[in-house]
Amino acid sequence: MTTAIANPPVSVAADDAHTLALVDRPLVLSYFVLSYVYFLIALVAGLLYSMQFIQLYPFPEIEFLSPGRIRMLHTNGLAYGFIANAFLGGLHWAIPRLTMQRVFSDKLSWLILVVWQGIVLATVFGLLTGQAQALEWGETPIWIDPVAVLGLFLVGFNLMTPVIRFSGPMYVSLWYFIAALVWTLLTYTMGNFFTEYWIGGTASGAIIGLFIHDLVGLFVTPIGWGLMYYFVPIILRKPIWSHGLSLVGFWGLAFFYPLNGIHHFLYTPIPMFLQHGAIVATIAVEFVVTTVIVNFFMTLRGSGDALRRSLPIRWFYVGMVLYFVTCLQCAFQTTLTFQRIIHFSDWVVAHAHMVMFGVFGFWILGMMVYLIPRLVGTRGWWSDTLNSWHFWLSVISLVIMIIDLTLGGLVQGFQWKNLVLWEETVRSMVPFWLTRTFSGAAITIAQFLFAFNIYMTVTDRSLRGPIDAEPSYTYG
Amino acid sequence: MFESKSGILLVGGLGFFAFAFIVMGALPWTIYKDQPEETVLQLAEKGLPFDFIDLAERFPDKFREYFGDADYEGLAEALQIGHDVYVAEACWHCHSQFVRPVASEDQRWGPVAHSREYNNALQRPVLFGTRRVGPDLSREAGRRSNDWHVAHFNRPTSVVPTSVMPRYPWLFDENRVPNKRGMGLITYVQWLGSWLDEYPYFEEPSPPAAYGSEKSKSEKSEKDVAEANHADEERA
Repeated sequence: MTTAIANPPVSVAADDAHTLALVDRPLVLSYFVLSYVYFLIALVAGLLYSMQFIQLYPFPEIEFLSPGRIRMLHTNGLAYGFIANAFLGGLHWAIPRLTMQRVFSDKLSWLILVVWQGIVLATVFGLLTGQAQALEWGETPIWIDPVAVLGLFLVGFNLMTPVIRFSGPMYVSLWYFIAALVWTLLTYTMGNFFTEYWIGGTASGAIIGLFIHDLVGLFVTPIGWGLMYYFVPIILRKPIWSHGLSLVGFWGLAFFYPLNGIHHFLYTPIPMFLQHGAIVATIAVEFVVTTVIVNFFMTLRGSGDALRRSLPIRWFYVGMVLYFVTCLQCAFQTTLTFQRIIHFSDWVVAHAHMVMFGVFGFWILGMMVYLIPRLVGTRGWWSDTLNSWHFWLSVISLVIMIIDLTLGGLVQGFQWKNLVLWEETVRSMVPFWLTRTFSGAAITIAQFLFAFNIYMTVTDRSLRGPIDAEPSYTYG
Repeated sequence: MFESKSGILLVGGLGFFAFAFIVMGALPWTIYKDQPEETVLQLAEKGLPFDFIDLAERFPDKFREYFGDADYEGLAEALQIGHDVYVAEACWHCHSQFVRPVASEDQRWGPVAHSREYNNALQRPVLFGTRRVGPDLSREAGRRSNDWHVAHFNRPTSVVPTSVMPRYPWLFDENRVPNKRGMGLITYVQWLGSWLDEYPYFEEPSPPAAYGSEKSKSEKSEKDVAEANHADEERA
């Protein structure tokens, strides 16, 4: 069978020359490099934090490196350093090429890049010096929040301009990007200001639930899917299987996702009918997600060879499998039955790692594998073998971590319910926490391998040249 | 509408978000808006916890230097400082303040959480918590002595060998006496749950009756249950 990938319908080089002029490549590369630096720092922070759980934390007497603060560095560094920067890079690549328009201003793009790094570094400084805000995923000190909102507004303005200027039918990715730029601004404002200044007590719990969930669901998810709708057809060189299912996926997400937030606080004093509403909306999301997954796997049908030939496609589709698992898990764990046992346990930690690293982290890594040679102008990667190691080490370690923490969470939950003495429940978690530290260390090592590969690819001048349209390498 | 810029921007971006915010955010607010939000001083005026007075007697000079007299104003100041440390050190990432009506939690911690416990300035944003690496703290008042907390904050494993809680040596001065932040945090933790009609609540190592099959029937655990029941009667 002749796969689509073997017969490119258009010349890749000509296509790139036409559209690349629209993209500020140094800008995108800068976003990726910065994103990756924060990624490494945040992973090391997470690894250090995990060592506290096995009583091996190396800096117990240094106030600025207290494990509680390091945990916030881990989560916020990943959300605002790694994911936000990588997405900004991806958007600056995809939007101009989808609209055939440049962004509003290249100078503004660079200004935003600088401002955003200022926000991230100020957040890190604020968290480590004890100025955190009690808002999960939004511990950013309150004095940074207005600047961050201004930054998000500028991002929206700069990236929306080409969309508004361009006329003609909009591709699926653009729907997600438009909505995500609006949602991110609204979500950040809602979570950081309402709970701090206007709404307190139990009602603020409802807003915090919305914030936590919307940050994942209305910022990370739509940009992630928008980029998937962009990169997957380009690499496979065939259109998405069903336009109708794309519509169902987008509008289903737009309607049901914002209603989910309260499922983070089930069995709290928040009114029970709202908790039930959030549960129903969460299960509805699972059906929507299924349509998107079906759409993408039907797109892959007939091009399965791409999973061996193209590493980005492999990252994307493994991420999608984990996305489906995450959402399926979500439909169950959101029920009151599951919540009795798993709430507050390590099950939730497993879930968070599966979605943030296993899905969006994988997609970002796939995007980097695809784009970095194109941004630098090399024929390919310095080492495909190293990329292969990066892939397998990341995937296997993450799966070990997920299984380990999920089982640990169940042990914990049932011990709590059965009134085992608290110290005893902590002691029985030690093997699980030890396994978690080892799997986390393996994940971190894998990312350093990729960092080395990025460094060699950028600096090795002998690699420079037009991109290999048909890479001969077959990944193990 | 489904594929137009205005449709996506206005209906999907703004409309659905606003709908969800009204239903899931503003509605609970309207339900609770008649419960007045208490200030820290109002909270303090409900009563001085025993452990707060104990702290003043135990470290008289330092306490006077930090908070003045052991009165309502002093308590309010200590609670505010303690709360700020609790947030800055992210204690709430590993300790919940929220007892659920399920999973035997009312037996382990005490009465189930009620909305009125959260309508105050120290729950802005609310500290329900997200993970229980350590125990819930909303019923912690009086459960342990100030001495225990001093030792525990300095080196948790000195009192609980299996503990995975970090050390907080920066909450102490050079004489190993809690500094202002340390005393504030101890006051805050010893205050959590002191607003209930009766406290403290203790975790009882009794229940294995329902846990495991063989062990629970052994003589030892039956003896434990009997002892625990006896302790219950004595307290009543």
